[in-house]
Amino acid sequence: MNESCRVETVRDGDLAVVRTEGYINREGGEEIERCVQLLLEGGVSRIVLNLEKTKIVNSIGISILIEVLEKMMERKGALAFCRLTPTIDKTFRIMGLAQYAGIHSTEEEARSALSATA
Amino acid sequence: MAKEVCLSIPSTPGMELAATAQAEALGEAMRLSRDKIDEVKFALVEACINAFEHAGQSAGQVDLRFRVSHRPGGAEMLEVTVADRGKGFDPERVEPPELERKLRGGGNKRGWGLKFIQSLMDEVEIRSTENGTTIVMRKYK
Repeated sequence: MNESCRVETVRDGDLAVVRTEGYINREGGEEIERCVQLLLEGGVSRIVLNLEKTKIVNSIGISILIEVLEKMMERKGALAFCRLTPTIDKTFRIMGLAQYAGIHSTEEEARSALSATA
Repeated sequence: MAKEVCLSIPSTPGMELAATAQAEALGEAMRLSRDKIDEVKFALVEACINAFEHAGQSAGQVDLRFRVSHRPGGAEMLEVTVADRGKGFDPERVEPPELERKLRGGGNKRGWGLKFIQSLMDEVEIRSTENGTTIVMRKYK
């Protein structure tokens, strides 16, 4: 039984949206990390992670998202999350993630918040 | 009368989703809210991952029991038990994870599983010996 994670990226200048679909486990997290790394190498400094089509994550996938956030912070970039399920939203807030990355209801709201940091 | 389902899954990444499918079916049958079902599924994934890691490939199977019953006083609840035959651990010695330290200190970003389980479920009991660990998690309707 497996539910692989697919990742799509859309770039707009130095801002990019990364949309995920499926289970963010170790493999899903690593795929997101790989895509983010390519974006960073290409000059992107602000990233919105849209989890609308991800209904389940695990702590291994989350640990890789922390590595992504760490990488963004090292580069003085910014990361924001949007379209989280109520449970994923709750989990991220339990971790204190909202202190380091925006958590937004919509992709537009997340993009606007990151644009304001430019 | 309590309803009970028992399931044994291989200690293999990905098999936690077989467990969550069972939790979802029972949660829907007892008309637990969608958010509560999702919280049970999330906690269950974490309990299974812990069991896989503590049990290791050699310890083979992880045993699950799903039980719908009533707590004293009446409220219906879903109780999920996850048991492995691994080497066990001391829950008292698990250091609470801190994001600040994980972000600034480099190194290991893991260690969130127990915190998630305890935060998302209404009641959690952990019994661990050198012969294995059993986690009992309850969610009230």
